Amino acid sequence: MSSLARGVVVAHGDVARAMVEAVRRIAGDAADSLDAISNESLGPTELRATLERVLGEDPAVVFVDLQSGSCGMAALQSCRERADRAVVCGVNLPMLLDFVFHRDLPIAEIANRAVERGRGAVASTLPHG
Amino acid sequence: MAIVLVRVDERLLHGQVILGWGHELRPDRYVLVDDDLAASDWEQEFYRLAVSGEAEVVFSTVDGARARLDEWRDDPARTILLVRDIPSVRRLARDAALAGLEVNLGGLHHGTGRRKVLPYLFLGESDLDDLRAIAASGVEVSARDLPDTARVPLASLVEE
Repeated sequence: MSSLARGVVVAHGDVARAMVEAVRRIAGDAADSLDAISNESLGPTELRATLERVLGEDPAVVFVDLQSGSCGMAALQSCRERADRAVVCGVNLPMLLDFVFHRDLPIAEIANRAVERGRGAVASTLPHG
Repeated sequence: MAIVLVRVDERLLHGQVILGWGHELRPDRYVLVDDDLAASDWEQEFYRLAVSGEAEVVFSTVDGARARLDEWRDDPARTILLVRDIPSVRRLARDAALAGLEVNLGGLHHGTGRRKVLPYLFLGESDLDDLRAIAASGVEVSARDLPDTARVPLASLVEE
């Protein structure tokens, strides 16, 4: 692969910024590979333009909080015609942490890993027995 | 009548609509009224994914929606009509086609010539002219982003 993938988190309110900041606190400078975008006060056209400006020409994975919304739609539109981009919905911290240390893998593999790690980290326990 | 909401929202079908209004109104059908979207199969697929089988999703041009308004009004299935912009609602409301209904202004953001009226609503003069014309055709026009927030009537928006 010619260049490392970038990650962009697109989410409602302050979620994206907070998640990238959390990655930085855990993984340090590896978080430099992530950008955060909020949909706050942005219409669909502006949100997509903002995302495409951040994405540039790099291979990338776009992480969104909700597929069913402006963030998901902007991500899907921006990645639709690029084989070196993927969209992962339902972003959580474990998947971002996995991403920042596996950016050298092919995009499809990065995305699949993210989904597996993210899904695998969701669990319930009944500690009272 | 089973048109339970007519909403102007440039994002059409998204979290606020599906979770906020959808939880409150329990729609059986979402109708997305937008001429461009009605001609774009791949974009339609994305919107269908958003609802994931909980309700029917129909895509329509403005003219196509006008032709089916009576059908949706009479159908017991609960329908939410989503329109991307105000000029399209004005076309939809022509000849008092929406008389007796309420048009909910739910989300219009920055745009050339628009100014901020509410945190989720930016309107230009032509938008206000269109809204006055819609109201004059027997439609109640108000702004409200979510069911549990205050309804702001058109008269207040014009004064802002």
